[in-house]
Amino acid sequence: MILFAPFGALGRTTLSLLASIGQVALFALSALRHLVTPPIYLREIAQQFLTIGWLSLPVVGLTALFTGGALALQIYAGGARFNAEAVVPQIVAIGITRELGPVLGGLMVAGRVASAIAAEIATMKVTEQIDALRTLSTDPMKYLTVPRLIAATLSLPILVAVGDSIGIFGGYLVSTTRLGFNEAAYLSNTTGFLETWDVTSGLLKGAAFGFIVALMGCFHGMNSGRGARGVGRATTQAVVSASILILAANYLLTEAFFSA
Amino acid sequence: MTAKIALKDLTKSFGSKHVLRGITLDVGKSESLVVIGGSGTGKSVLLKCILGLIKPDGGSIQIDGQPASIKSLESFGMLFQGAALFDSMPVWQNVAFRLLRGPSKLPRKEAREIAIAKLQRVGLPPETADLYPSELSGGMQKRAGLARAIAAEPQIIFFDEPTTGLDPIMSGVINDLISEIVSEMGATTITITHDMSSVRAIATHVAMLHRGHIHWHGPVGDLDTAQDPHLRQFISGAAQGPIETLR
Repeated sequence: MILFAPFGALGRTTLSLLASIGQVALFALSALRHLVTPPIYLREIAQQFLTIGWLSLPVVGLTALFTGGALALQIYAGGARFNAEAVVPQIVAIGITRELGPVLGGLMVAGRVASAIAAEIATMKVTEQIDALRTLSTDPMKYLTVPRLIAATLSLPILVAVGDSIGIFGGYLVSTTRLGFNEAAYLSNTTGFLETWDVTSGLLKGAAFGFIVALMGCFHGMNSGRGARGVGRATTQAVVSASILILAANYLLTEAFFSA
Repeated sequence: MTAKIALKDLTKSFGSKHVLRGITLDVGKSESLVVIGGSGTGKSVLLKCILGLIKPDGGSIQIDGQPASIKSLESFGMLFQGAALFDSMPVWQNVAFRLLRGPSKLPRKEAREIAIAKLQRVGLPPETADLYPSELSGGMQKRAGLARAIAAEPQIIFFDEPTTGLDPIMSGVINDLISEIVSEMGATTITITHDMSSVRAIATHVAMLHRGHIHWHGPVGDLDTAQDPHLRQFISGAAQGPIETLR
């Protein structure tokens, strides 16, 4: 019997994973259903735009600035191996807009926002505030989940757009001050090379990642266990699951947008 | 006469643990029922079933002769054990929460005025309106929770352990407030508590829950003359008796 124990454990883990995927899918469907039916709490949506979008700007901006600078250095060093140092502006632009802007922006927002959403909602659950909402004839899905989903899905593309600009500026700054690139030529190469789809594909990824961040924060918050341990676990799970889903979704979206 | 709240054969289990084993109970209009019983006997589960926060496994709940529904919530007010104030908004917005949203939404100015009036009714000065719940003491939070419970003038109010965590004097104040406000409003109330001073201050009727059943039910005046050994042990707080306790 002991020989079969690992298979039993594998089976239980698989079933548990499938059950979790099912729960998340049902939660997402329920959230989408609530999203298209009234009432819509505009004040709460505006509040979440401020919390999720505006207050994430410094984190996303600094991440993009340093990433753009480091990317320029790496491409210059790598390109030098086959005399292709001149491609720095083009590769920085495409790398930031298509991949690093949305992915790093999404991951930074996951760290900042998914954890905060999960901790806030889990604490509300533990202190009976979610029950209190229901007794006040207010659906927690509508009042807590929908505003966060809307705000995160719409503000992430804006954050990505800002992050893209700052990231490209980081590359420009390093290239022109450290690597000897001409300012005008750098800008001309960047704008001449970039296509609309390079930018819009990144913004679409941002919207998908924003949805994932808010969904994971709300899901783990609403399903948290009791006490401080439950809140802590919900917070950790929200960040980990949002980060993994962002990376998985990034691959799938890249495959959908650019393969062929 | 139709009972305001009528429970029939209400059952609820969590896994193999049978918490409610067939609760049948009528609460009349303007009656103040206090449900007593030891810890873990299902008092909170009973309350949450009536409120629709937990779905019972069997039985029926009727409000004014109609099956309880989401719509019933509009006639309910609830004071939670820890007050459950929303800590992301100031006290007045907590009190006026229902008045600021939903079908009977009022302008903010009007809702704020009502909230301040309700806060004053429960003994809180208007200055507390703009404070956040974390800036209030436990007793003040309970009062603010009470103001929120009565803000929309509900026909039915539930109180979950209204005096837990308060000193005896503040407990007395909260008990008196509940008693006064409930009789002013003519509301029907269900209170769950362990606190016998609350029972005597608030109740018109008392029900004792034990092992998932209503073990004793009667007017509060009969409480001291009832001979039921379980009830006697609970009232006297004796460690020895028919109610088994862990030592």
